[in-house]
Amino acid sequence: MTAVTPVTLRRQVELTIDGQAVTAGEGATILEACRAAGIEVPTLCYLETLAPVNVCRVCVVEVEGSRALVPSCSRPVAAAMVVHTASERVRTSRRMVLELLASSVDLSTAGRDVHRWIEEHGARPERHGPAAPPAERDHAHAGHHEPPEAGLAATVAQAVKRDNDQYVRDYAKCILCYKCVEACGEEAQNTFAIAVAGRGFDARISTELDVALPDSACVYCGNCIGVCPTGALMFVSEHDLRARGEWDESRQEVTRTVCPYCGVGCNLDLHVQDNRIVKVTSPLDHDVTSGNLCVKGRFGFEFAQGGS
Amino acid sequence: MDLRTTEAPPSTAERVAVDSVLGPPESGWFGGGRTALDGHVAIGGLSLARSRRHLLLPVLHALQEQVGWISLAALGYLCTRLDLPPAEAYAVASAYALFSFEPEARVVVHVCDDVACQAASGGDPTEELAARFGPAGSGTTVTWRPSPCLGHCEHGSAALVQVAGERGGCGSLAPFTARDMERLVALGSDLELGDLTTPLALVPQAGTGPTRLLRRVGRVDPASIDAYRASGGYRALRRALELGPMGVIAELKESKLLGRGGAAFPTGAKWEAVARNPLRPHYFVANADESEPGTFKDRVLLDHDPYALVEALTVAGVTTGAEKGFVYLRGEYPTAAARLEHAAAEARARGLLGDDVMGSGLRFDLEVRRGAGAYIAGEETALFNSIEGRRPEPRNKPPYPVDRGLFDKPTGVNNVETLLSTLEVLTLGGAAYAELGTPSSTGTRLFCLSGRVERPGLYEVAMGTTLGALLDLGGGVAGGRPLEAVILGGAAGSFVGPEDLGLPLSFEGAREAGATLGSGVVVVLDDTVDPGAVVARVARFFRDESCGQCVPCRVGTQRQEEVLGRLAADRPLGSLEAELALLADLDAVMRDASICGLGQTASSLVTSAVRRGLLGGEHGNGHAGSGGGGNGHGGGGSARQGR
Repeated sequence: MTAVTPVTLRRQVELTIDGQAVTAGEGATILEACRAAGIEVPTLCYLETLAPVNVCRVCVVEVEGSRALVPSCSRPVAAAMVVHTASERVRTSRRMVLELLASSVDLSTAGRDVHRWIEEHGARPERHGPAAPPAERDHAHAGHHEPPEAGLAATVAQAVKRDNDQYVRDYAKCILCYKCVEACGEEAQNTFAIAVAGRGFDARISTELDVALPDSACVYCGNCIGVCPTGALMFVSEHDLRARGEWDESRQEVTRTVCPYCGVGCNLDLHVQDNRIVKVTSPLDHDVTSGNLCVKGRFGFEFAQGGS
Repeated sequence: MDLRTTEAPPSTAERVAVDSVLGPPESGWFGGGRTALDGHVAIGGLSLARSRRHLLLPVLHALQEQVGWISLAALGYLCTRLDLPPAEAYAVASAYALFSFEPEARVVVHVCDDVACQAASGGDPTEELAARFGPAGSGTTVTWRPSPCLGHCEHGSAALVQVAGERGGCGSLAPFTARDMERLVALGSDLELGDLTTPLALVPQAGTGPTRLLRRVGRVDPASIDAYRASGGYRALRRALELGPMGVIAELKESKLLGRGGAAFPTGAKWEAVARNPLRPHYFVANADESEPGTFKDRVLLDHDPYALVEALTVAGVTTGAEKGFVYLRGEYPTAAARLEHAAAEARARGLLGDDVMGSGLRFDLEVRRGAGAYIAGEETALFNSIEGRRPEPRNKPPYPVDRGLFDKPTGVNNVETLLSTLEVLTLGGAAYAELGTPSSTGTRLFCLSGRVERPGLYEVAMGTTLGALLDLGGGVAGGRPLEAVILGGAAGSFVGPEDLGLPLSFEGAREAGATLGSGVVVVLDDTVDPGAVVARVARFFRDESCGQCVPCRVGTQRQEEVLGRLAADRPLGSLEAELALLADLDAVMRDASICGLGQTASSLVTSAVRRGLLGGEHGNGHAGSGGGGNGHGGGGSARQGR
């Protein structure tokens, strides 16, 4: 909420990023300082509205004096810090993070930036070998796994989970950025219906013992969909249109309105294709919602198009 | 929060197991019968939930031990009791290897097939089991599974046996052969924990040399506090109370004691940072989650000298202003758990723990918490998460534990060997301790000798002793065969070769050679051991033990195992050069961009094997011994792979 911000002067910190003298407010992260200076740093698990979990490691930068690379999304700036965002070490790690993800996850519905970064960094996911066939991942026992199939690259490919009328979970597209878990939990919804279960390459987003969503604590607020960066979580309407090859963003119109259900005043962005609402989002920078909605605002739109 | 758990009620056994840790339900809000009053009270909220969450792991242990697996209904009941979302409880439980979520055989035998046992047996120790008793996981009453290192490496084979039932639990067998398995299968449903005999520790120096940390092992009754005191026990605590916190810290600084857990951080500086931190309360944790393949020193010390850790943790507590300490012990050490609990109870009864430690007016007590099969829980911040009932995932550093550690409070955390070394510092005096070892690596160090060595076991030598001298103490390579290589430091360490026998075993000596002492692992490989198989096992280990939090380690350890599999099968993708370039890239991203030490060292042994030419079939045949000069870690080693 912006409201009235008392004018306190944040102490300014001077640092060097890519040879450029930069000033940033004390407590700002390296990422924020980079963005203010117009330097692009790729991010996947970072979102302005969530506390950084720094797990994807695509935003790592080199800080002189630090043994390993540091995650720019969570490391605060410090006076006289010397940061390199495009050194050989940084580019190697970034390329490999992108390559490891692209070789194991279906990124077909991830944002355009992701594909641009993959290309710009010269990631070559194909050198890990042809993809292994989809596998059952929900009951993997920690500390045990089948030996890799000769010559094939393991992936997270698996069947789409469709257990309710609102949204599908296509974990073959999941990069395990933790955003949905954060949004479902302490960062927004406080429902705690899902969490990261298992470990290592078998780690996965799961309800308790993988019960179906209707048997879980899920309240269908859809805030997990709102933060998912790869389209692993998707409205049923969008999923089905895509499956039929009819999803076409160039034909879509986005109309901002206010949710009619209660007095909170959440802004809704209605995504309309062929005069049908196909998806509802809320702007991340909106004072009231920070992108979050409840089940009514997110999914209760059928009445507007004559449904029941 | 509004909890939603399954409506299926727990079985009686499940309820009893959960209540055995938590006591009977407090009210209808926590799984008990509803009373009229329940509808008129408001309870707890988030603060209450947070205050109970640390009991999650003990409750899961109780279920696994008494029921044999964790069902949805059991999970629902424990979540109601702890006010915890079931998805989170499952997330935590499923991160540990020793918990199951499907009905299991009553007896599960976890058989070590890790590097030390592999080297000792000259092959895969589970092959015979598979041939005789069916594949892993088969068998309805008694079943077996492969396991990572169980910390009995000096025996060359080992098993951890989980027995489910009212008086369930686990026990260790080492050595462990197919004949032992035969006996377990024959006992079947009659098998009781008491049928498992406690393995001995092999400490060849016992009673011979001037050992310090090992002086009581095998000679003093580990169950008797009087025997402990008669052999010098509790002198260090008395001295610590005389000196006061700053006096103890001054001695530690003068001793130049460096942490034995891997990072070699100065112990005095760590204790001082905790002691001086104005935030309260403080905690002190003994990291006994020894899981590095090839390491068994904590087990030997805790099985045979448990009072020493109780005393050392008390010293740390009263020095750093912590009134509560935890021993985080690996779940695979049932004997150590029992002996530590017993030692703590005796110490409490004698006023050496509790509200008035040794009459000083200072308060300190400790709890033993058991891990459940997760190497990553040995990383200090993952360890805090584990105690707190969260997933054992490392935290972002900074903040460091001395500022925000366990329960977000200033916390000191030391490895068992480090803590026991502080007792030596106090009894000898800091200056005299600093005379031991080398000027920069003071004191003595424990080394776990295993594999193809004549007398495997735990050895204590002064820092700076050469690798060759240590191997001589162990009687050299078994059967006088030629030494091929040594795994120094553990799975996260590196290979050294016959030309490195002059390497001084000190922090600086190892560093100069591009190696690490790690957790004191020395696995000896002779010419009968296939280094490719050893490296493949290590790659499998890291693939299994990665917590999965960050991309470099989660996917990198998978890809690393795949590459090694292709190389072992001599089916490289593209060319050998392409595969080695891929390994180098995986090494770079894991080392440089992983969150914690696990990912940062997951490629260490593999990279060292590549540099020594131990991989790559005929192409990489620049053998450890036959390569020209150098220690195998420099540019010369890589150049051999360059063609």
